[in-house]
Amino acid sequence: MLGGGQNPQPGGKMIELDSVTKIYKMGDIELRALNNVSLSIAAGDLVAIMGASGSGKSTMMNILGCLDVPTEGVYRLDGVDVGDLKDNALAEIRNRKIGFVFQSFNLIPRTSAVRNVELPMVYAGIGNRRGKAVEALERVGLGGRVKHMPNELSGGQQQRVAIARAIVTDPVMILADEPTGNLDSASTTEIMKLLVELNDTGRTVILITHENDVAQFAKRVVTLRDGEIVSDEVQHNRTVVPQ
Amino acid sequence: MNLAEAFTIAMRSLRANRLRSALTTLGIVIGVSAVIILVGLGNGIKAGFNTQFGALGNQVIITKINGSVPGGGAAKELKDSDVTALSNPAQAPNIGNVTPVVGGSELVSYNQRQFRAAVQGSTPGYLSVMNRELVVGSMYTPEQAKSNARVVVLGPNAIATLFDGNAGEAVGKTVRIGRGFFDVIGVVKANGQQDDAAIMPLGAARAFLIGGNDTVSQIVVQAGTVNQVPQAQQEIYKVLDSRHLIRDPAKRDYQATALQSLLDQANQFLTFLTLFTVAVAAISLIVGGIGVANIMLVSVTERTREIGIRKAIGARRSAIMKQFLIESTMLAGIGGFVGILIGTAITVAAQVIIPKVAPDFGAPTVSIGAVALSFAVSLLIGLIAGGFPANRAARLQPIEALRYQ
Repeated sequence: MLGGGQNPQPGGKMIELDSVTKIYKMGDIELRALNNVSLSIAAGDLVAIMGASGSGKSTMMNILGCLDVPTEGVYRLDGVDVGDLKDNALAEIRNRKIGFVFQSFNLIPRTSAVRNVELPMVYAGIGNRRGKAVEALERVGLGGRVKHMPNELSGGQQQRVAIARAIVTDPVMILADEPTGNLDSASTTEIMKLLVELNDTGRTVILITHENDVAQFAKRVVTLRDGEIVSDEVQHNRTVVPQ
Repeated sequence: MNLAEAFTIAMRSLRANRLRSALTTLGIVIGVSAVIILVGLGNGIKAGFNTQFGALGNQVIITKINGSVPGGGAAKELKDSDVTALSNPAQAPNIGNVTPVVGGSELVSYNQRQFRAAVQGSTPGYLSVMNRELVVGSMYTPEQAKSNARVVVLGPNAIATLFDGNAGEAVGKTVRIGRGFFDVIGVVKANGQQDDAAIMPLGAARAFLIGGNDTVSQIVVQAGTVNQVPQAQQEIYKVLDSRHLIRDPAKRDYQATALQSLLDQANQFLTFLTLFTVAVAAISLIVGGIGVANIMLVSVTERTREIGIRKAIGARRSAIMKQFLIESTMLAGIGGFVGILIGTAITVAAQVIIPKVAPDFGAPTVSIGAVALSFAVSLLIGLIAGGFPANRAARLQPIEALRYQ
């Protein structure tokens, strides 16, 4: 099993945002996408970050995913201050510590499932890629679709390939941005089940979503509005994954 | 990311757009094959030229200066005694063979047809010295030369006029040259230069046509080897300057022209001509390079989202850069390779065809240097053409690239 061997002790701090502000400048207009946000997420948690469009959700996702850096404030991921890292160092952190799952799957077109899953290992310079990629695909239940191209797979299957790609380097955190936004309800359940399972094995999972149904699976729900956190609650009666 | 992986990715992307890749490489294909063919043809012309005239390379031709000598006075005639002096190995060790020639223009007639021929009176060695061959018949023997026999070897132009080009018929016939009758004993092959010639023994030419007891109009000196030509030329100057009482080299009444220097000039010109045509062909390579750059820019724009994905999952700038550089280099490299195949094939085909169609032209040869250089240049062009698009791809911000539709 692709376990969470690398993961820090449950309860340790995986994510620490300290007074993070993100300002986008568009000409003379300054847009405060995130305003003085502080947030701490423990290792092994399953957190949903909710909000309507324009709430700063996507900015949050970009910063948590090290795709962008805060204008002000400090972001520590797994103990590393990400704020003043250069492009290449950020790329390395994304490669080693974060597994991305996107709304639109974001598989490389005309490239087989297994080659897509191999990709993070290509950039990490890891050997025996084929074996590990096939193992990850089996883990998400796609052992029989290894050679299929993305356009030969259903949406749910594509998202499972994306999840396999996200977990293949054994990252400390899975960052899922609207992972079920393009899926029907049956596939949604499948994908959420997979993500919850990954969390059960000790991996930190962060869901960025605006759907309550999805957020229902989370242990903790953080809600954003206008770039600020307006609620942060532990969810006691979360949806249990049907076995 | 290692190179093998980058190659796989590049190959995949090129295969995904087969037609586009093929059309893009066309400019490079044409450029490379044109360079190979033109260099091959150029080398062929040069080789043909050198086999035709290279044998004359050890010759120095001595002639009297026409008109007045610089500084006044009339030029002394070249004499048999000059020939004897030059033939003396003690005085001129680098000179191998000395052939005197007397020349003049005479009317040759046969059966009421007339032809004005350039009479060349010389030794029996004349043909081999001049690198000429007989089509039919034979050269006069040393005995015939000594006895001033009235025999003549005609050039192809005389045969064309007098015998309707039938060389076989001419041999054995008697023609009238000037006021004497001469037996035709042979016909020389055309070489495009002295085809008006009528070659006969030196003594016969003097006795019956041109006159003069001991003057010669031309002395053909052969150096021992081509490398000895400069020394041989110096020896000629030394011997003749003392015989003609010349103290100032600027006031010589004769000139000694080394054919090698003329051949060198001709070769230089041919090389220049080849380089010029190759430079024109190379323009196609540059145009091809622009095509590659253009299509790589399109490719980067088309794949912005893919670049975003790759960056999100951990591709460094250098990895993206490498991917696109290898793609453009492969594109140009494949073009170069196909160009080599086509260029070589056409050159080899020309090697077979040209000797049959135009024997004097010289068969083209595939130049390994041109193949290697044009392939290297096409790779370089790929690298340069890919540079700007690849850099653009590498600098894309992952968030913006992911958002690109």
